[in-house]
Amino acid sequence: MAAMIHTDHLTRRFRTKDKTELVAVDNLTIDVQPGEIFGFLGPNGAGKTTTIRLLSCLIAPSSGTATVNGYTVGQQNQAIRQSVGILTETPGMYDRLSAATNLRIFARLYGVADADAQIARYLRLLGLWDRRDDEAGGFSKGMRQKLALARALLHEPPILFLDEPTAGLDPEAAHLVRDFIAELRQQGRTVFLCTHNLDEADRLCDRIAVFKTHLIAVDTPTNLRRKLFSRQVVFHLRAMAPQLVAAVKAHPFVDEVQAIDNKLVVRMHDPELHNPTLIRTLVDAGADIQFVGELRYSLEDVYLQLVQTPSLSA
Amino acid sequence: MNRTRMTTIIRKEWAELYKNSLVLSTVVFMPLILTALPLVILWASGGFEGSVDVVVSELPPQMVQQCQGLSGAACNQIFIVSQFMLLFMMIPLIIPAAIAPYSIVGEKTQRSLEPLLASPITTTELLLAKNLAAVIPAILATWVSFGIFVVGARLLIHDTLAFNHLFAGRWLIAIFLLAPLLAILSVDLSIMVSSRSNDPRVAQQIASLLVLPVVFLLLGQMLGFLIFNNQVAILFSVVALGIDIVLTYVAVQVFDREAILTRWQ
Ligand SMILES: Nc1ncnc2c1ncn2[C@@H]1O[C@H](COP(=O)(O)OP(=O)(O)OP(=O)(O)O)[C@@H](O)[C@H]1O
Ligand SMILES: [Mg+2]
Repeated sequence: MAAMIHTDHLTRRFRTKDKTELVAVDNLTIDVQPGEIFGFLGPNGAGKTTTIRLLSCLIAPSSGTATVNGYTVGQQNQAIRQSVGILTETPGMYDRLSAATNLRIFARLYGVADADAQIARYLRLLGLWDRRDDEAGGFSKGMRQKLALARALLHEPPILFLDEPTAGLDPEAAHLVRDFIAELRQQGRTVFLCTHNLDEADRLCDRIAVFKTHLIAVDTPTNLRRKLFSRQVVFHLRAMAPQLVAAVKAHPFVDEVQAIDNKLVVRMHDPELHNPTLIRTLVDAGADIQFVGELRYSLEDVYLQLVQTPSLSA
Repeated sequence: MNRTRMTTIIRKEWAELYKNSLVLSTVVFMPLILTALPLVILWASGGFEGSVDVVVSELPPQMVQQCQGLSGAACNQIFIVSQFMLLFMMIPLIIPAAIAPYSIVGEKTQRSLEPLLASPITTTELLLAKNLAAVIPAILATWVSFGIFVVGARLLIHDTLAFNHLFAGRWLIAIFLLAPLLAILSVDLSIMVSSRSNDPRVAQQIASLLVLPVVFLLLGQMLGFLIFNNQVAILFSVVALGIDIVLTYVAVQVFDREAILTRWQ
């Protein structure tokens, strides 16, 4: 199937106030598949918002090309605007107008056929129906975010750009928004999700791109972990003995062994294959094994590793 | 160009304007004051008893020919009325300068511009809709004020010949041609000023400087340097049209989507 979002060496430079050039997005080449939640992860100033602006035709690329929903950025902008919904970093509303009026304005701009029904549907879905006639300016941050989500979805776009959708929300509101995003995938929409929240990316995203001006890595959360770190297995023993460490170390597939109290931490690449051998070795050497378990890296470990040492990307 | 999208923006602007009592009161009361002022002076001058010769001796020579065949009171009233013509031209200048800065700076402070620009509206539609949202109330206010003035003047000017002077070419040119052109000029300048400012009041004040030339003309007229006749009305209209064309051309060149996004916020 053709990619919903495709970029080819997409680059954007800005001229700063002191006349120097700043590269915000450098040679970004990615493919986002239909129905995928694609996480876009990077530190502050990485160029995430700039990328979303490029892909939603708000600003023009300096070089490189991109297609969104099959349309070419820079040539078929109007068609792209109609196919994407965007949740901007700060979800600005017309504060003096009611929630429903805010949505009605956008329903008309997008030429939504059954505007009133759509507005009612999304207000209900996001729990804002009872507040529909209240001024948006009086809404809490969470309510504004939900209203902005409704606004992005009114015209039923196949592609959604979400720029930090849960930033600044309390855990309950964030949970609701996350569930809502998961539901968008169920409906077959493609979601391009910028976030700082690694746990969120880990749980929601099918694939994650780690990005800091350049693309550092792109893969599923599990593969990112696996590629970056060899895995670690912990053997809990009744008692530690120096000959146990030596016996384990003797195996060529073992990268590293550490004895910590009565735990043996073994680093290797394929525990499923090698654990039985290791257990036999330990038992033969006189160890009493209480538990065996895997030490899992959090995505945060992966992320920090990637962002701090970009050379690892190769 | 898509009519629905433009009317959506215009209605949105008006809905916001309606909620902004400060700007709304400028739009409503300023024209009323500028209409009431000449009517009050007309009423006060109604009891003038002097002969036409007395009046004529006081008037700039260009005015005198207009007084042929009129009474002193009527001639006096015509003079007063022509003084106030320029006053009416302040309405189309001031109203857009009150509305437009809020419409631009409002988008900035509410951070509502990015979602708007991400929608399928074209920049031409957006700029035109924002223009019309300020120009239409300005023109309507000018015409309504003129209407009220005509009715009031009918009651206060007893000489039909004098009253008919209100419908002389120069008035009609001013109200129906010059006023709309001035409104466009004012809104174009206001949008440019506002796009560089984050405070609507500063933008409003700068835009309000537009009325200064009118004040100078008014002074010039009172002192007899300038007579607002047909030729002058047409000349002003041509100048205003020229400025409008230049400003609109510049706006279209300067404000593409990216420029609006980065400059308006
Ligand atoms: N209009 C602009 N003019 C000049 N520089 C810009 C402009 N927009 C963005 N930049 C610069 O581009 C870089 C990337 O900014 P961007 O907002 O895309 O980062 P981000 O990844 O979204 O960061 P954050 O996580 O803080 O939202 C920054 O250094 C920023 O200063
Ligand atoms: Mg950002």
